[in-house]
Amino acid sequence: MLTQEQTLRFVFKPLLLLACLAPFLHLAAGAAGLGGMSLGANPVESVLHGLGKWGLNFLLVTLCITPLRQITGWVHWMRFRRMLGLTAFFYLLGHFAFYLVVDRGLDLRVLAEDVIARPYITVGLAGLLLLVPLAATSTRASMRRLGRRWQALHRLVYPAAILGCVHYYWQVKADVREPLVYFTVLGALLGWRWWKHRQRLSRAAPAGRSRQIRFLPSLAAARGQQDGRQDERATRGRPRGHRLAQ
Amino acid sequence: MLIKPAPDIRPSEITPERVYLSRRRFLQSLTAAGLAGGLAGIADAQTVMGVSVIRELDYHPNPRYSTDEAKNTLEEVTGYNNFYEFGTDKGDPARYAGRLRTRPWSVAIEGEAEDTGVFDLEDILAPHTLEERIYRLRCVEAWSMVIPWIGFPLGDLIRRFRPTSRAKYVQFTTLLDPKQMPGQRYPVLDWPYAEGLRMDEAMHPLAILAVGLYGKVMPNQNGAPIRLVVPWKYGFKSIKSIVSIRFTEQRPRSSWERSAPREYGFYANVNPEVDHPRWSQKTERRIGAGSFWEPRQPTRMFNGYADQVASLYSGMDLARNF
Repeated sequence: MLTQEQTLRFVFKPLLLLACLAPFLHLAAGAAGLGGMSLGANPVESVLHGLGKWGLNFLLVTLCITPLRQITGWVHWMRFRRMLGLTAFFYLLGHFAFYLVVDRGLDLRVLAEDVIARPYITVGLAGLLLLVPLAATSTRASMRRLGRRWQALHRLVYPAAILGCVHYYWQVKADVREPLVYFTVLGALLGWRWWKHRQRLSRAAPAGRSRQIRFLPSLAAARGQQDGRQDERATRGRPRGHRLAQ
Repeated sequence: MLIKPAPDIRPSEITPERVYLSRRRFLQSLTAAGLAGGLAGIADAQTVMGVSVIRELDYHPNPRYSTDEAKNTLEEVTGYNNFYEFGTDKGDPARYAGRLRTRPWSVAIEGEAEDTGVFDLEDILAPHTLEERIYRLRCVEAWSMVIPWIGFPLGDLIRRFRPTSRAKYVQFTTLLDPKQMPGQRYPVLDWPYAEGLRMDEAMHPLAILAVGLYGKVMPNQNGAPIRLVVPWKYGFKSIKSIVSIRFTEQRPRSSWERSAPREYGFYANVNPEVDHPRWSQKTERRIGAGSFWEPRQPTRMFNGYADQVASLYSGMDLARNF
């Protein structure tokens, strides 16, 4: 029998890695024409849109981890978060690199013009740039080094996800149904966090003592430290005092 | 017809399965379209030993108005389409256009003309001889194709119905029937799709009504049974599956113009100098042009038809009248 730790490490994580690679492998197989697969009449567009959409998908799935942990009470969801986040980052980086190198032929003047004159490209690139420090500090060593600042930094994932959805919305010609689905999912994920945040506030400041609200940041921070200790016990090797991004 | 057994099969005569299957799909989509009636000029499906076969259309090539650029394949032309009546994905028209019944079909000629009425497609087409025009098609989304259309000059049809002096514009309307066109169940655009041309644009010899491509009856996903092709304008001007042609005194408003007036104008002439508010129109990606590494190509003024059509717009500010 495998221990829970072994199951996580040697079963769940490899399976997740495979799932993360699957869309890429599918695109690659289409590009190579394996087994009669093809990318259709406009392969450049298929790859460009495929990478972008899957990047956004994985970003939203990453944002599901905290609610899943809170709803199910199973703390090990957190063990999958880094892989999902990095997968999102690499798809989105690939999306940008493919646009720049293959679609625009590495023409930096065109890139500059696009970034300045095309708002959907401006916001898309901004969203990607916000993710760069997150990917760079995704290692355990960085978490330890940054301590509590790590979590503050990684809240950048929220504006990045919003910018990603805006990028998609502004890019479509008329049929905004699919971008609106992304906005709805993102709204639910951010709304959940806001609601949980409100709950914590109201628990910290019982009704009728509104003056207390001024002191809430410190109270919330104190609670955060408690949460951090719980998480630390539950998940392996988290730095002391570190609270997971909500 | 005398059917002789083939003496031998050379390897070069064996159709690759991919081509064979796509041809099958193409034929199926045509038979699904219910091509039954016999009409002059347009050949229809017939059954030979249990297999539906589409006879080629009777036409002559018109090299004067044709480009010699490499044509897109039939698979590309019929598999990558914008025809929002069947869905907004490029593959949706090929998937769902089989539901469209193109026979019987009638076209209403309306408005400021001497001879108006509702005419069977057969009567609309009867006096015209079909020709092949190999045109560039430039989509407003910055991709392009080269397509061998089969059709006849729009101007020839217009003259037949004798528009009056009050006819300054021609308005075209697509079929409205969400049962056959499932994309119309969502108000992506204000259905039915409508387009328009100024009278002199409509009379220009490059503007044609097309009833086929690649020598065959028009596939449903490309706008069967009859569609407009205006090669110097963005593709959305070339309205598909036309049921009404109306001569008007007032400028009609096109569907895209109504949907986003800042982004799509009435003229919609291909113009690399005037960008779409959200993306550049300076370059285009030629569909299927080999591989990933094929660079985008520069977009030409009036899609390369400036010599023929620029005079229509002399003195006009094309940045304002986009």
